Amino acid sequence: MTTWDRFVETFFNAKVMLKYYPDILSGMVVTIELAVLIVVSGLLAGLALALLRALAIRPLNWLIIFVVDLFRSLPPLVIIVLIYFGLPAAGLSPSGFVSTWMSLAFVLMAFSEEIFWAGITSIPRGQWEASRSTGLSFWQTLINVVLPQALRLTIPPLTNRTIAITKGTALGTVVAVTEILGQASSAMSNSYNPSPLMMGAAAYIVLFLPVVVAARWIETKFAWKR
Amino acid sequence: MIETFLNPEIIAAIWPIVLAGLWNTVLLSLIVVPLGLLGGLMLALLATIHHPLVRWPLMAWVDFFRAFPPLVLLVLLFAGLPFAGLELGGFACVAIAFFLNTGAYYGEILRAGIESVPTGQVEAGRSTGLSRLQAMTHIVLPQAVRNVLPDLLSNTLEVVKLTSLGSVVAVPELLFQARQAQSVTYSPTPIVLAAIVYFLLLWPLVRLLSRLENRALAGRR
Repeated sequence: MTTWDRFVETFFNAKVMLKYYPDILSGMVVTIELAVLIVVSGLLAGLALALLRALAIRPLNWLIIFVVDLFRSLPPLVIIVLIYFGLPAAGLSPSGFVSTWMSLAFVLMAFSEEIFWAGITSIPRGQWEASRSTGLSFWQTLINVVLPQALRLTIPPLTNRTIAITKGTALGTVVAVTEILGQASSAMSNSYNPSPLMMGAAAYIVLFLPVVVAARWIETKFAWKR
Repeated sequence: MIETFLNPEIIAAIWPIVLAGLWNTVLLSLIVVPLGLLGGLMLALLATIHHPLVRWPLMAWVDFFRAFPPLVLLVLLFAGLPFAGLELGGFACVAIAFFLNTGAYYGEILRAGIESVPTGQVEAGRSTGLSRLQAMTHIVLPQAVRNVLPDLLSNTLEVVKLTSLGSVVAVPELLFQARQAQSVTYSPTPIVLAAIVYFLLLWPLVRLLSRLENRALAGRR
């Protein structure tokens, strides 16, 4: 057997791959579920916080800024471990899936709030005043005048950040979530062969590479002309 | 509540363990941040060669590592390579994974910085007799770095946070040490303590960034 044959036999073993590919596929489903939940809840929560901040209620804004700073400073893995191993002591026992979802959604909420807020503040005061003087209410101004312009500005930084945080679903494996990496790792230790890990790696590329390429395209499309 | 999550007796007992973890996190960051910057600088300099044979592989390289979760890369190096007869140890795996992953991010940022400097400046520099390398290091890079400083800092924050992945491959950094202490004490106190330490360590940087970013996005219109 040549070195090459041995390499293929070890890292791309057909028999092992055939046996374990259903596990990797089910891992992909869990990763997708987790990713969609994180993106939807994280972005909505971030937008909600940014809108609340626009109300300019002092104590409320301090609280929002503190929460945002907190989730920007803590490593996502620390938050996951904190929720998963810490909350049971308070009588709550979230599953690994829920812990990972909550943690990454909080992190995305924090980052997207900052980006949405920066977008909202970038709209000149004059536009607010002009809209209000035509009889639009505070919320009508915010939703019909300010947000459409602000959102366009936030799309490039937002897509980047969203991808980076969504990739973090792999961290769920630390708290026993059966997503791709978790499935691949347990298949690897059951088969004493790294082929499942290679399949897992390929699965991540299949899922995330199209998103990254799309993000590159969106970035150039929505880049604000200077 | 305090008894469970911030038990003073437990804190007193495990403080040396957590402190050792903090030092290792600082040390690890001092190693992987320059390593990532070096990787990024190499990519950004390569990107100045506008040949399709350089451009496309470079773009594929960067997009690959933007799509690939750093933890998967780390596990691949740590658990996969031994099957090829190469056992590197947790620390070396973290260093390589960070060089590849964070290098791709730093590379994109530095490339944008270099592109933000008008080409006329390079031409002017070259015409005064500077070599290509001199023009790059004396004229382009100083301005490039200044133009993208908020992005560089923001990525550095992410890199420091990412060192917590070391805990998965038994590098004794802050999170790893806290989890060791947790398994000995059966208490969430060590994890809460580690979280507080991370927060105190990184909060000043987050505050600074928040100011810089607001200004950058507002100035774009």
